Amino acid sequence: MGLLFSLRRSFAHGVHPEHHKEQTADLPIQRVPFCSRYVMPLGQHIGAPARPVVEVGQRVQRGQLIGEPGAFVSTALHSPVTGTVRDIGPHRYIDGNFRPAIEIEADPYATQQLPRPTPIDWRSLDIEQFIAQVQHAGIVGMGGAAFPSHVKYAIPEGQQIDDLLVNGAECEPYLTNDHRLMMERPEAVIHGTEIVRQKLGAKRATIGVEKNKPESIAALKAQIGERPIEVVALEVKYPQGAEKMLIKAVYGIEVPAGELPRDVGVAVNNVGTIVAIADYFDSGMPLIERIVTVSGPGVAEPANLIVPLGTPIREVLRFCGGLKESTREVIMGGPMMGTPIADLDAPILKGSSGILAFTAKETGRPPEYPCIRCGRCLEACPYFLNPSRLAKLGRARMFEEMKEQFHVMDCVECGACTFACPSNIPIVQLIRTAKDNLRQRKG
Amino acid sequence: MSKHDPKLLLQSAPLLRQGMTTPAAMRDVWIALLPASLAALWYFGLAALLVLLTSIAGAVLTEWLFTPRERRAITLHDNSAALTGLLLGLTLPPALPLWMAFLGGMASIGLGKIIWGGLGSNIFNPALVGRAFLLATFPNAMTTWTAQSGPADFLTLHASNLALPFMQAPTVGAGTDAMTTATPLNLMKFEHQGTDLGALLLGNTSGSLGETSALLLILGGIYLFLRRGLDWRIPLGILGSAALFSAALFLIEGDKYPTPLFSLLSGGMLLGAIFMATDPVTSPVTPKGAWLFAIGVGLLVVLIRVFGGFPEGMMYAILLMNAATPLIDRYTQPRAFGRKRATK
Repeated sequence: MGLLFSLRRSFAHGVHPEHHKEQTADLPIQRVPFCSRYVMPLGQHIGAPARPVVEVGQRVQRGQLIGEPGAFVSTALHSPVTGTVRDIGPHRYIDGNFRPAIEIEADPYATQQLPRPTPIDWRSLDIEQFIAQVQHAGIVGMGGAAFPSHVKYAIPEGQQIDDLLVNGAECEPYLTNDHRLMMERPEAVIHGTEIVRQKLGAKRATIGVEKNKPESIAALKAQIGERPIEVVALEVKYPQGAEKMLIKAVYGIEVPAGELPRDVGVAVNNVGTIVAIADYFDSGMPLIERIVTVSGPGVAEPANLIVPLGTPIREVLRFCGGLKESTREVIMGGPMMGTPIADLDAPILKGSSGILAFTAKETGRPPEYPCIRCGRCLEACPYFLNPSRLAKLGRARMFEEMKEQFHVMDCVECGACTFACPSNIPIVQLIRTAKDNLRQRKG
Repeated sequence: MSKHDPKLLLQSAPLLRQGMTTPAAMRDVWIALLPASLAALWYFGLAALLVLLTSIAGAVLTEWLFTPRERRAITLHDNSAALTGLLLGLTLPPALPLWMAFLGGMASIGLGKIIWGGLGSNIFNPALVGRAFLLATFPNAMTTWTAQSGPADFLTLHASNLALPFMQAPTVGAGTDAMTTATPLNLMKFEHQGTDLGALLLGNTSGSLGETSALLLILGGIYLFLRRGLDWRIPLGILGSAALFSAALFLIEGDKYPTPLFSLLSGGMLLGAIFMATDPVTSPVTPKGAWLFAIGVGLLVVLIRVFGGFPEGMMYAILLMNAATPLIDRYTQPRAFGRKRATK
């Protein structure tokens, strides 16, 4: 069976949501104009929040350091615009809560042009220096998780990375930001892949792309040349872009539960991350903007945009013709794993791969029916867990049993079970509650 | 953009859904049972229609009666109670007094489903619980088989159909309206006499309402499989193991035991394997468990049919394996991704 799946370049189980990418797949990436006010939350990545290094009233340049990493698992923050620091304090976050952030007012007279590029000679760096540089550039996983990338490059003594795996699967419906990036800047993807591969000392690199993006695959292949890089077309299936599923699909290896890709000699990076690294070493410009797909049935004019970090979501939507009256919910990220947005004044973050607006058609829920044990969730779960059982135990708040007997902590919350459930049972939501409870008990 | 933000919902992801709902899944089973039900009308006439309707009525009424008012809209809307009634009706003999069919429907839902906690919580297949109840209570009426009246005599009713509750039922066959006859399984068991396979396929034999036409049952099963409404392992496992077991017996003593093909096409084998054993609530949810369950049913059916006191064993085979389902599920948990062994 294992051989079969590796030949098919896929993993077992999973689901097939309609991919809805046609709305934006052919739209070139555009740049949104600058607006007047930017908010940079200090804790927009996984790990410790950044520490502000600027003061209220201070003038900052576009790309200037405004927050330094709060720990090793943390990253730097830079000003997305030239302007003045107006406030350091609580600001609305996408979940509606107040979180510490730096507010910057753009200088209306500034050209916002970037200074002359100052390339960094990445070849002369050793691995420690390279890690420090990536952290200094504020680069995080751009697929949505926003996990500081340099942490992945810190390989413990005795371990060796043989393969760099670049994640261009983009299995979330609606999103086309990675697709456009691979199509429009394949040379940057290949260049970044080479930088990371050589710095990690990996022998090979593989770029995994779902088959529904043939233009991306062709564009990348045309740029490879003599480099030890392979582009692999993957079956279109959700969650193909989940790290461990991707490794299974490409190499046929199951990363053991509780272990990391590096334990099997693989490092995985999103294509957006790879390009951020390439851009940083080419120009010296840290992570101050990202590509965002704005789409969904509630958006007037869907688009793929380069958005400065900290731009209010409202401004991005305004650029896209605004929300239709029928909009009921706005999501950051993809429709399968994204986060609902509580406040449209909250900013675009390093992990904002998409802003998607949905209408009552997608958000309407039929009543919940009892579980009839149809088994569709078991067939959906890429981790071969038993979601129907987990949901039942979750309702009964039997968290320990969920963990010990049914491995709830292995769940990556991809939501395939809830997607597949004909009884509309909030399976992954019950699992999230259980995991939260278990984590808090431990801590 | 409108001046005011729309009132934003904060429903957590995933926002997308596959589109299949439980009521729709139940509707699929209805559609799959339609050919066999229509065949019942064709072969057994008005009597079949009335038996099916009263059994459905008994089931639905009981569901309504024992469901709290605020849940009624949901539990009746999911089509499952009526489906149980239909499934029970299809296992009943055509001349059964209607009040018994009604009582069977009540027992199916009351004893088979409600007392366990409603849809999804029962251990035994509700329709078969109803049938077991009827067989234990009215063994005579439940084993009186009439010959087919055929479409020409559609309006003919059996006197026994209209018997008053708890009164001495008029004996079937005493009047001129119908003849009692032996089912193919009776003939096989007690007289070692086979039945023409063509008749078994098309359904012009005697038996309970829904079990006569093998062809239409298989057709329904294929539809259900294409709609992903059943776990294909279960019918395949049951029919495969039953065929192998009866083939072994047939090879040992061919003139005493039925051929494997006869075993598969006669009696409640197909109705049970395709529509009863596949009830997701009462069968294992794991793939490995489904195989175990199915093989268990297949072996038990042949065992009961050949060595037991009854000519038919499908009902007891499924009910017995229903009882084993929680245990099977427990010991066949799939191996989680990246883990060495499944945990017990």
